Amino acid sequence: MNIDLTEEELSFREEVRAFLKEKLPADLSRKTLNGLHMEKEDYVRWQKILHEQGWAAVNWPVEHGGTGWTPTQKYIWANECAVAGAPDVIPFGMKMVAPVIYTYGNEEQKQRFLPDILASNVWWCQGYSEPNAGSDLASLKTSAVRDGDHYVVNGTKTWTTLGHYADWIFCLVRTGGPDVKNQEAISFLLIDMNDPGISVSPIITLDGHREVNEVFFDNVRVPVENRIGEEGKGWTYAKVLLTHERTGIARVANSKQRLGQLKRLAAETADGAGSLLDNLAFAQKIVDVELELLALEYTELRALASVSTGKAPGPESSILKIKGTEVAQLIDELFVEAAGNYSMPFVKDQFAPGFDGEPVGPGTAANAAPRYFNNRKASIYGGSNEIQKNIICKAVLGL
Amino acid sequence: MNFSYSEEQQMLQDSVSKFIQQDYDFDTRRKITESPRGFSEENWNLFAELGWLMVPFSEGDGGLGGSATDLIVVMEEFGKGMLVEPFLATAVLGGGLIAECGNDSQKEELLAFIMGGELQLAFAFTEPESRYELNNVTVTAERRGDEFIVNGAKSVVLNGEAADKLLVAVRTSGEQRDRDGISLLLIDAEARGVRRRGYATVDGQRAAEISLDNVSVPAACLLGEEGKALPGIEKVIDRATLAICAEAVGAMAVTLAKTVEYTKTRKQFGVPISKFQALQHRMADMFIEVEQGRSILYMAAMQMDANGGVAQRAVSAAKSRIGAAARKVGQEAVQIHGGIGVTDELDVGHFFKRLTTFQFQFGSTDMHKLRFLNGESSAA
Ligand SMILES: Cc1cc2nc3c(=O)[nH]c(=O)nc-3n(C[C@H](O)[C@H](O)[C@H](O)COP(=O)(O)OP(=O)(O)OC[C@H]3O[C@@H](n4cnc5c(N)ncnc54)[C@H](O)[C@@H]3O)c2cc1C
Repeated sequence: MNIDLTEEELSFREEVRAFLKEKLPADLSRKTLNGLHMEKEDYVRWQKILHEQGWAAVNWPVEHGGTGWTPTQKYIWANECAVAGAPDVIPFGMKMVAPVIYTYGNEEQKQRFLPDILASNVWWCQGYSEPNAGSDLASLKTSAVRDGDHYVVNGTKTWTTLGHYADWIFCLVRTGGPDVKNQEAISFLLIDMNDPGISVSPIITLDGHREVNEVFFDNVRVPVENRIGEEGKGWTYAKVLLTHERTGIARVANSKQRLGQLKRLAAETADGAGSLLDNLAFAQKIVDVELELLALEYTELRALASVSTGKAPGPESSILKIKGTEVAQLIDELFVEAAGNYSMPFVKDQFAPGFDGEPVGPGTAANAAPRYFNNRKASIYGGSNEIQKNIICKAVLGL
Repeated sequence: MNFSYSEEQQMLQDSVSKFIQQDYDFDTRRKITESPRGFSEENWNLFAELGWLMVPFSEGDGGLGGSATDLIVVMEEFGKGMLVEPFLATAVLGGGLIAECGNDSQKEELLAFIMGGELQLAFAFTEPESRYELNNVTVTAERRGDEFIVNGAKSVVLNGEAADKLLVAVRTSGEQRDRDGISLLLIDAEARGVRRRGYATVDGQRAAEISLDNVSVPAACLLGEEGKALPGIEKVIDRATLAICAEAVGAMAVTLAKTVEYTKTRKQFGVPISKFQALQHRMADMFIEVEQGRSILYMAAMQMDANGGVAQRAVSAAKSRIGAAARKVGQEAVQIHGGIGVTDELDVGHFFKRLTTFQFQFGSTDMHKLRFLNGESSAA
């Protein structure tokens, strides 16, 4: 066992650092490091910079424009991005639909969709959840009924993250009748958001922003050629994708970066005669999170090491989702605590570009509470933490 | 031993409870929070009419008695509706300070107007660097003849924008963190040199940043003895802390009830999610938190009533324990609701927000834990 980086890995790290230093726009890094609201243009701008460098699709196979990086290189990349404050790559196109397309799609679909995803020309969103199909996703009701060369799609998708930015949506739809087993009745469809019959309405989250949406389908005609793989196999494809979604989800690098930021903030925050970092109760809370994070980092490294020896990410990845979100949420909470009285003000758009009002509170203190509220989502989406524990019980412990 | 409310308290509870249930549903509250003033004048007048604004005051001051128990009866019901009308700022804090520190003529001049609903107040005590220390005061008041000249800044002042008058903790002598040398001034909110920057708070209330730039205040507006205001301030803040503890207990009780109700109606995997034992035990834990919170709240109120309104250690016990409960109940409620719990549309997320800000108002859970600990040696 050892975790030393090789010569090549060290020089790769230098290359990454130099790239980020030169190419990461300061305004984007400021927003990212402070958890401020991002616009569509912000994400796209950064992803196009990555594309130019050939680093947009970290996980894709080289033949489709991926980096071909080793797990260690990806780990280095994630760390350096977090430290520098590089925006997250929006996962829906790059990390979610693309792997399904290049794994299960036909040649024509690959040609048609992958280049625009790689170049961030097209924004995708994920249409899985429905009002009555959340944790029990397989009970989804949105129907796709065959009519000649088309499917006619009817139903409602919800919680669609950034669906109002999206050009395309990938959906799980029901193609089988009521007598077909759930897992064999579901197909994977790619749908153009501009198709007649689609409407999108906002859902406002606790931080006051429009982040999620409801998407309604009213007799939307979708060409059969937009179906990925076989009819009735969509569930199988989606499950593969969900495992992909889960591996990056520990967000260790981001949490490490934020914990460092929190310590610096605490050291600068007056508390009685000293600073908040001198406050034993607060310092202990920081240590508790730090230890959890340290263990999590090594849990993630172990998972990476096992993937690099050719094993698929297994049900252990549920640990990464559970602990990763818990740690991130604890850090969010400690930022609220650090903000103290200034966790109270809610000045909408205070941190948006072009805000010309009078700001309230030091730094981004007034963003701490909205960010904490918003990120309660992390233990709910992508398979809630309860569902992850069910997976551990069933698939790991054999209960 | 007796844990039941008196007949009057029972009636008071019924009347507030009825108002919250019938006239203060979540949509109504939302409209009120979105209105320019951030609270309803109509409700305020109604509270005055019903005598609720008299609750915090002693009979001698023209109130209903002013016991801690009366206060928690009202506040708990307010908490169930997340009431945003400035009862705490005007009646408990502002009115409380005047009753506690003011002289007879000041009381006579002001208390009736508070109880009549005609006067809005705010207590400006926190400062950008003070955190939760009440003795940490840098706003200065310099005596010049029969005036004070006040300079400095106060932050996150509840009801600071709507207030007609501000009670301001100022330093008339000593160093930043000295207990001595703090005085209390009543300052007209429209006085020259007073600048208020109002805003909404994350939990639907209103607060303001207040800067004071060479504000001249007549010496007659000094409340209590010069330089000796801190004990009175502490006493009033303790009462206000007890009041928000009651508010939190009310909010937690509703949050739990709504969560339980939701799990009975929300179906996944063909059954109501209330059938999952993983969730049942968590709701049982929430229930335990609410009851433990309620118990320690009653303890503190009884101590305060038994000790002539002073119960530092008991209040800190309640605040830190209920703070821990509020954290758990709020977070669990959102989690158990799933996605709908993080939306602005549903009330549960708003209860979660209020239960969050509660944890830091008038001192964090940790601060009160420490104050409880340190109080052990000084308590008889
Ligand atoms: C901000 C946000 C963004 C999202 N983005 C997207 C998106 O882009 N695309 C998309 O398709 N979906 C998205 N989702 C949906 C997300 O995946 C669902 O919210 C999630 O699957 C949970 O479903 P639900 O909200 O219906 O909760 P429910 O399934 O109703 O769950 C409610 C509670 O019951 C618990 N529970 C459910 N079943 C069990 C069980 N068997 N045992 C124990 N406990 C159980 C859950 O853990 C939860 O605590 C998003 C959600 C949020 C909040």
